[in-house]
Formats: sequence, structure tokens, C-alpha cells
Amino acid sequence: MATTGTQPQDVETAVIEALASFGADPEVLTRDATLEEVDVDSLDLVELTQVVEERYEISLESADFKKIKTVGDVVDLVVARVSG
Amino acid sequence: MTLRDVVITGVGAVTPLGVGARTLHERWTSGACGIRDGEAPCADFDPTDHMTVKQARRADRSTQLAIAAGDEALAEAGWADELPYDPEWIGCVLGTGIGGIGTLEDNHDLLRDTGAESVSPLAIPLMMSNAGSAALSLRHGLRGPVFSVVSACAAGSHAIGTALRMIQHGEAEAMVTGAAEAPLTPLSRAAFGSMGAISPTGMSRPFDNRRDGFVMGEGAGVLVLEAGDAARARGANILGTVRGYGASGDAHHITAPHAEGRGGARAMQIALNDAGIEALGVDYVNAHGTSTQLNDRAETMALKSVLGDRAQKVPISSTKSAIGHLLGAAGAVEAVATILALRDRIAPPTIGYEEPEEGMDLNYVPGTARALKMSNGRPPVALSNSFGFGGHNASLCLEAA
Repeated sequence: MATTGTQPQDVETAVIEALASFGADPEVLTRDATLEEVDVDSLDLVELTQVVEERYEISLESADFKKIKTVGDVVDLVVARVSG
Repeated sequence: MTLRDVVITGVGAVTPLGVGARTLHERWTSGACGIRDGEAPCADFDPTDHMTVKQARRADRSTQLAIAAGDEALAEAGWADELPYDPEWIGCVLGTGIGGIGTLEDNHDLLRDTGAESVSPLAIPLMMSNAGSAALSLRHGLRGPVFSVVSACAAGSHAIGTALRMIQHGEAEAMVTGAAEAPLTPLSRAAFGSMGAISPTGMSRPFDNRRDGFVMGEGAGVLVLEAGDAARARGANILGTVRGYGASGDAHHITAPHAEGRGGARAMQIALNDAGIEALGVDYVNAHGTSTQLNDRAETMALKSVLGDRAQKVPISSTKSAIGHLLGAAGAVEAVATILALRDRIAPPTIGYEEPEEGMDLNYVPGTARALKMSNGRPPVALSNSFGFGGHNASLCLEAA
């Protein structure tokens, strides 16, 4: 990943890059896209959890993803934990 | 009860001789060898030529090989755009010896080096031995019986035999079958090396007096089998027929075959009985022929006991002389090679065979391919043998169209 900062924009970039590395098409990875539209499933979210936990020393549970619908929701969740 | 005949309408393979079933057939027949530095990797295989990044990440290398071979087989069968039968009546049985061992090793490294929380959520779906059949089912929408079979180096032949029975007995209209293996990993190398199974000289020369073990290779072979009446009704191009299948257990030793090849002989005899074919009707044998001391002698004894006088005449060759031993995938890749050889009326060679051993005096097709001379115009018939650690034996009787 290109960025190492913890500002919201840096975290967003890191999350998008991680999802793209799992095989999601970077062209369609916008905030408004639903996880279904970008073919991100529960296994991808577990992989993302591993990436951001190690990177930001935060902790995420599968329950945290229950209300997640869009790429933006994922970004906001991680941003909230990093800044919290 | 009259059983339905079962025909082969598509084949696919990824092997150390390249990507494609025809590549395997043509290169082996011309005497090419895919062994380099004592191993036989599929060096030409790039998974992203065959699937998306996401699909490739969701598959162990063994499954990636199965996906590519499966795409080729289904395309040849004319299934690429649309399945010809109700998907609930099309199943998939694949074989493997050790499944996703590379994934297992990588994740064990993570566990040891960085802890349990680093282990991938994809580890289980990638390493499970049924990953190959699951992947082909998902990719092509196959909703009939879908599972994998595991019998070490006999798995590919057991898979094809199982698929044959499922169609014969009306559990499926068609089956996608075969096997895949990707065992070129540190643990696998060390483990097979430790038991003395791997050739220290890095030479695969089955039946030769100087043979000293097998050369490990990777690859996949996939076949599309269909009920003959249904395939003919839809105007499918038929490559050949799976005439018979026989399976047996040695109950002798965990790794060594019975010295006289008793279990292997029974598997061959059952396959011939199943096909209703006498020894004289066998035109070619694709031997298990691993290049180990024990297998090649025991298999020779077994062939003599089953084929009698015919054993001295029938051409017998080992695909492993060209691509090494693909473990669980061997039987599937060899079935693909056998049906294409029969179609072209040719016996590909046992590459590197030069020095006979006393008592092993059969026609091993040394060096160069020979034409199969068919006097009465009937299509040629072959036996394809696979024997696995554990004393698992499987033999297929295949006939060209």
C-alpha cells in the first residue's frame, strides 16, 4: 500500500487498495458501490480485517460488519476505529 | 438391467508439456519431455490467463490447474456457452492426492511466524481436498452430485470410474471428472524424498533397469463424460467410450505394492470383465509405470498374469516418462493422453527406456511412438492403470470412437 498515514483520506485509500488487491475491480470501487456490486463477500471482509488490524493496531469483530452495505460504510467503520 | 454406455465428449489438460490436452498428446508422441532439474512443473501455466484475480486468489494452485483443464474440456464438449442438460443432472467428481498442500504450508508458516490471527480466512476453502470439484461446480453451475475422491496416486482413475458408474446407474446424465495436483512444495518434496520415493538422479525412466524413483510433477486432467444416447441425440462429437472400470485394494502394505501386482491385476481383470473385452482385444496399455523399482516390476507381473500371451505383444508405455508423476492427477491426465493416442491409432513412447531388466521383457515402446495396427477396422481399446499408496488400485478400459 502506498500510504501509511492515519488521516481519514489515507485510511480510505488503504481500504480501497486492500479490496482491489483481493480482486475487486478498482474502477467500480467507489464509496456508493454496494459490496455485492463490487463482489466483496464475508471472506474478503475477514481478510480486510486482518490487513487493517495489523496496520492500525485496531480490533474489528465480524459483528461490526453486520450493518455494512457499501464500500463507503466499510471505509467509515475503519476510519472511526482508527480515529477512536 | 442394461447399463447406459458412457462416452467422452471433451478433454482438457495442463501438464509439464504445456497447456492443453493436444499439447500433451502431440509433444509426448513426438518424444518431448517436460522434466527439468528433477521436477516437472507446469512452467507455461499462468492462472490469470484462465481466470480473474479474484478467482485465482480463491483457488489453490491445484484448483487453478483444474479450472483451466475444465474450461478446455467443457469448450471441446460444446458446453462453454450453455449446458446441454438440466444442471441438476450434471455432476462433478474430481480426484486429488494431497489437495491444497501449498496453501496448508503457507498458512502454517503464518501461524508459526506471526500467530493465529494471521492465518487466512481462505486457508480452509483453498486447502480442502474437495476444492477442485467445488470450484468446477461453482464455475459451470453443476448442481448434480459434486464431490472429490482421495486415493493417493490412483485418485484420477477412481474419479473417472466413479463418474462412469453415476451415469451408468442413472444418478447423472453427464459428469465432469478428472483430477488435479500441485505438490511441488517444500514439505511435499521433503516428505516424498524422506521415504526414498523420489529419483535421486532426477530421471523418470519407467521399466528401465536403471530406474531409481519417480520425478514429481504437477498438473490436471479433466474429461466430460455423457450418457451415450443423450450425447448422440444432441449431435455431440464423441472422442471415445469409457468401456470399463475396475478397482481393488492390496491389503498388503501401506506403500509397497504386492510383489506380483496381485491387486493391480485384479483391477485390470475387473475392468476388462466390465468392458466385456478379452485380453486379445487390448491394443495398448497406458501403464502406471512410475519409474520406482517396486511398481514397475509388480505392474509387469500383473500385466503378464492378466494378459497372458498378449502381454508380450501389446505396446505398453508410461506417460510419466514425459511428465513425471502427477500423483493424484496422474490417472486423469493419463486417461486424456490415452484417449487421444487411441484416436490417432498411436502408442506414445516410454521416453528414456533403454536397459531391460531380467524378467521385465514386455514391449515398453522405447524411445519413439509406434502406430497401432488395427487389422479388422474396429476402434482400438486400451487399459489405463493407476496404483496408489495405501494399496489402492484402479484400471480404466477406454475405447476410441
